[in-house]
Amino acid sequence: MNTPVPLLAARGIRKRYGQVEALRGADLEVGEGEVHALIGDNGAGKSTLVKALSGVVTPDEGTIELRGERVAFGGPRDAQGAGIETVYQDLALAPSLDAGANIFLGREPLRGGFRGRIGFLDRPRMRREAAHALEDLGVELPSLEAEVGTMSGGQRQAVAVARAAVWGTALIIMDEPTAALGVRQTEVVLSLIRRVCEQKGVSVLLISHNMAHVLRVADTITVLRLGRRAAVRRALDTSLEELTLLMAGLGNEADVDPEDEEDEE
Amino acid sequence: MKAIAALRARAFSQSRRSEDLTIGFILLALVVGFWILSPPGSFLSTENIKNIGVDASELMILSAGMTLLLIAGGLDLSIGSVVVFAAVLSAKTIDAVAGTSPTTGPLVYHDLGLAIAAGVAVAIASGVAWGLFNSFVILRMKVPPFIATLASLGMALGLAEVISHGTNVSSLPLPLQEDYGLGEALGIVPWPIVTAAAVTAVLWILLSKTRFGLRTYAIGANPESARRAGIRVDRHMLTLYVLMGALAGIVSVVDVARFGTATLAAHSQDALSAISAVVIGGTSLFGGRGRMFGTVIGVLIPAVLLNGFVILQIESFWQNVAVGAVLIVAVYIDQMRRQAGPST
Repeated sequence: MNTPVPLLAARGIRKRYGQVEALRGADLEVGEGEVHALIGDNGAGKSTLVKALSGVVTPDEGTIELRGERVAFGGPRDAQGAGIETVYQDLALAPSLDAGANIFLGREPLRGGFRGRIGFLDRPRMRREAAHALEDLGVELPSLEAEVGTMSGGQRQAVAVARAAVWGTALIIMDEPTAALGVRQTEVVLSLIRRVCEQKGVSVLLISHNMAHVLRVADTITVLRLGRRAAVRRALDTSLEELTLLMAGLGNEADVDPEDEEDEE
Repeated sequence: MKAIAALRARAFSQSRRSEDLTIGFILLALVVGFWILSPPGSFLSTENIKNIGVDASELMILSAGMTLLLIAGGLDLSIGSVVVFAAVLSAKTIDAVAGTSPTTGPLVYHDLGLAIAAGVAVAIASGVAWGLFNSFVILRMKVPPFIATLASLGMALGLAEVISHGTNVSSLPLPLQEDYGLGEALGIVPWPIVTAAAVTAVLWILLSKTRFGLRTYAIGANPESARRAGIRVDRHMLTLYVLMGALAGIVSVVDVARFGTATLAAHSQDALSAISAVVIGGTSLFGGRGRMFGTVIGVLIPAVLLNGFVILQIESFWQNVAVGAVLIVAVYIDQMRRQAGPST
């Protein structure tokens, strides 16, 4: 078997905020078509690493490669252009707009011809494609025209995921997607995560505190500790106990840190 | 496909439509009420309908702009003063270019067309300048819009008084008033109404049909989300404040043409009247929600009230009382409806 080029490879990412060094040379490799979980204690650097991958912050040091190509993101737009979509923890939805408008927010399709040139929206297309995207993911909404703000937490999460699924061609990053949800809605979102990955063929990078969730949906798990990668595990080969120990810095990290096998590039 | 059809079938949320209906109904009730109470052929006469329309035209233009601004989560209290400022500068310009005063014999205006064109250009340019000033203070200096435009409310009026030495600018060319301010398009519809209708139609389409309009809602709903979706929020807000200023410039032209003078004391209530019209029309003061149709009704309600009171020979002061009551009722109904709907 040849070693495949990972979909996304971040190497040696450093980021300092004033006195605080949030990332101290963190590495991350996400394979093609997998759900990859990123876990770590508070302050481990998860959200900073995510921000670096989604173009929100620029790392002080380190490289990011997408399918083997070096990329540099000056802003969220660049990351989106490269096919990386992020579902933020606060979802970043416009509550008084409907699902379609939210899915197309910032990338609204225009009509053809003269009217399109002066900025007329193609609303039928927005509605149609939004309906398809939601249907593909098996999401049921009370109404396509309902304001997102009137929906339940899980439904709103689904709209945000659908938006990412419509635009994401390489990687969808989900920051604590189940943090604010009840038990039943959490189930819905967890199965949504798998479905996005399997149906769209994109990879999902899942950031979560909840290791039970992580073990259920992730293929691979990266443990971040004190701004560095502490371990990488296949979900099938690990356990809640081991992950907890690794997060606390008590696990056996040595066998997985791939620093030594890294190619000179 | 079945799922889509089901979604569609359940789709039509009636809430917005019913909002429109409520205030539309209030307006209709007022019209019918005044029609029954007034002497036959007075309230609903062509002449009187024109009066209502002309009286409402300036507020309509300002309110149309204010609708966009409030939906985007902005606010502009300075528009009344900007109207006065633009009126003074434009009147001065027209006087200077036309070079005539009624006291010097027969009314012969040199370069009347040029004078009026220059006057209009100066009016709009001064409005735009204040829009840019407001944007700078709000977007660059990060002063909240309420404070920023409260400041420019005072500044624009003060500067208008400085420039005019505290007196109204009158002695404007009569044809401006006769042909435009009091004139009628095709001899049927008064020009101020045509102007207001045209401006409102353009802004209505802009708001409801275009990307710009959708982004206006998105920014008002959640500016941070809009920013992360790649929308250039500051540039959008700048456009809206400048648009608001330009509309104040247009209103100043209408005003100068109607009354033949640039009056310093008028317009002090414009911003509040516009905001109350927009809010009566169902637009949220907190952004993200609103419709131009509601604003049109919200402008017509006070206009109809005032006119009806005059015809019924009720002291016109009662109009303010009645508008205040309508404002409270409109917002109350709106809140009730929102609480009734699902939240979180």
